[in-house]
Amino acid sequence: MTNLEASAVTPLTPWKATLNQRLFTVLLLAVAIALSYVVVAVTPMKGKLAYAFLFMLFSVGFQATHAGIKRGRTAAVDAIAGSIAVAGAVLVFTPVISLIFTTIIRGSKGLRVNTFTQTMEHAAMTDPISQGGLLHSLIGTLYLILIATVISLPLALLTALYLTEIKGRAAGFIQFLVQAMSGVPSIVAGVFIYAALLLTTSLHGSTIMGALPLAILMIPTVTRTAQEVLLLVPQDLREAGVALGATQWKTVATIVVPAARSGLITAVILGIARIAGETAPLLFTLGVSDKINWNPLNGGQSALPYYVWSGLGLGSPEAIQRAWTGILVLLMIVLVLFTAARILGREKK
Amino acid sequence: MSSLVILSLIGIFLAYRGFETFRSQGIHFLTSPDWLSETDASGKVIYKFGMSAMLIGTLLISIVAVIVGVPLSVLAALFLTFYAPNSLKKFFVTIVDVMAAFPSILYGLWGFFVLSPMAEYWAKLINKYFGWFPAFHVDDPSFNSSPFIAGLVLSIMIIPIVTSVSREIFSQTPLDRIQAAYALGATRWAMIRTVALPFGASGIVGGAMLGLGRALGETVAVYSVLNIVYKINWHVLYGFGGNVASMIVSKWGEASFTEAKALLAAGLVLFIMTLLVNMGANSIVTRTIKSGR
Repeated sequence: MTNLEASAVTPLTPWKATLNQRLFTVLLLAVAIALSYVVVAVTPMKGKLAYAFLFMLFSVGFQATHAGIKRGRTAAVDAIAGSIAVAGAVLVFTPVISLIFTTIIRGSKGLRVNTFTQTMEHAAMTDPISQGGLLHSLIGTLYLILIATVISLPLALLTALYLTEIKGRAAGFIQFLVQAMSGVPSIVAGVFIYAALLLTTSLHGSTIMGALPLAILMIPTVTRTAQEVLLLVPQDLREAGVALGATQWKTVATIVVPAARSGLITAVILGIARIAGETAPLLFTLGVSDKINWNPLNGGQSALPYYVWSGLGLGSPEAIQRAWTGILVLLMIVLVLFTAARILGREKK
Repeated sequence: MSSLVILSLIGIFLAYRGFETFRSQGIHFLTSPDWLSETDASGKVIYKFGMSAMLIGTLLISIVAVIVGVPLSVLAALFLTFYAPNSLKKFFVTIVDVMAAFPSILYGLWGFFVLSPMAEYWAKLINKYFGWFPAFHVDDPSFNSSPFIAGLVLSIMIIPIVTSVSREIFSQTPLDRIQAAYALGATRWAMIRTVALPFGASGIVGGAMLGLGRALGETVAVYSVLNIVYKINWHVLYGFGGNVASMIVSKWGEASFTEAKALLAAGLVLFIMTLLVNMGANSIVTRTIKSGR
């Protein structure tokens, strides 16, 4: 054994960059930074945009020249393409980082204890932030999520089961419809509920009305994710169930669904993350409320996105601060849900 | 099952409520830019509903979003599939997925307070150097709240979906072809150009159309950053425009019964538009993934 271990050679990795090559890349980038500073100082080009642009230009240029001198024209083109792909990725991720940081920085300024313990019943959006809070909106959002989930879950789950287990004649068509449904704009869902239920009837906006369009938006997300999860359940399990004499429904109910349970939970969580921040449909169907409303069938309700929306609409510094704080809380909810979905999804594999 | 019922219900109810408007306004509903209800001298209320300004605005904003968003997404997808080391890749894929779950009002808020001031400056630069191009022309220096800025916000919003679709398709590029290209001495870029891009081309088109579908129906983010005016504006950088979805929201508050029905008709138009775009996109994507061409 010891002989074998001693004689084992460490594999060579000739494609990896050596220390020297890495140092050289860093040097090139440093020169590019320095040069863009010089050019900004000398020429009339000014501002962050000029820095970023020049830096990109110089670093791409240097790398291409370096590759070109060392390995010819094809390598230079390759280097340019590589740098552009990196630049594209950086440009894509800059806004995300900016989004998260701005929200945290601006939102945390408005976090007080009363933010989570008080409602806006005795305070206006334009009052100082030490008065009032978003408790009612938080409860409203949780309420909406709960009702929307209760409505959409059975429908979505049954559709997914139909598509993966029964595979009836209409499966292809239904699949197509589910995909089409996932593209329905949120505002259309809201307007539809308004047209169907509120426009000519005596009903008013309430929690359940607000939850209906959300359920419409949630169904396709849950269906598609649940479908993927169900497809992962090994065919052997189904065959084993049928071989033991179970009917198809019994197999599905006692074997397939339990086997896919954590994945199905992930599907629901992703669906919730999809709807938690929806604003547009709520504007038509939710009514208004500035206090906690426990009755889902009657009376207006508030929700975090709606709270943010009204803060943004008022435009005074306090209202804007409230909007940022509201969006921070909302973002945290979405991120927590998303992380939970990820962790559950990983356990599955 | 349920989806069929819901989809057809949406269509039927919106069509039913909007029908009256279609009948009274006729083709003007699609071709006239005015949206007003006024009382004339005899006390009779005159309604004029037309959504051409909003349709053009929607088109303009979506085009900006696709032009800016799609190339970036494809580059990011290429980077993630062919360049990024594994650890970085996992991290970035998670970020893209999270991005898709961000509430749209967050994009609106961020677009209004963070992106708008920057984008206004970019718009000025574009106008200064490319103002000779008709679309970049502005009549007077008003650059804020333009379709350009709304389009930029939307481009960020469509990036996650376009990126994840393109990434999925790039990752299905047959390994033997990639290896064959490398074996023939191709550089990474040559491999991408000759193998990955031709393989993924139709998938990218499908992904871009899915993004377009999302951009067409976006409401809150557009409403937050755009100055909505009922006038046709072809100039992307000029400070006003419109979008069907945000029009519905902006007019909803004070809408009378008749006007509300007209807004429902506008909702129907939007519904049909997005449905067509999405169905086309989905069939392209599904065909590409299935055929594994």
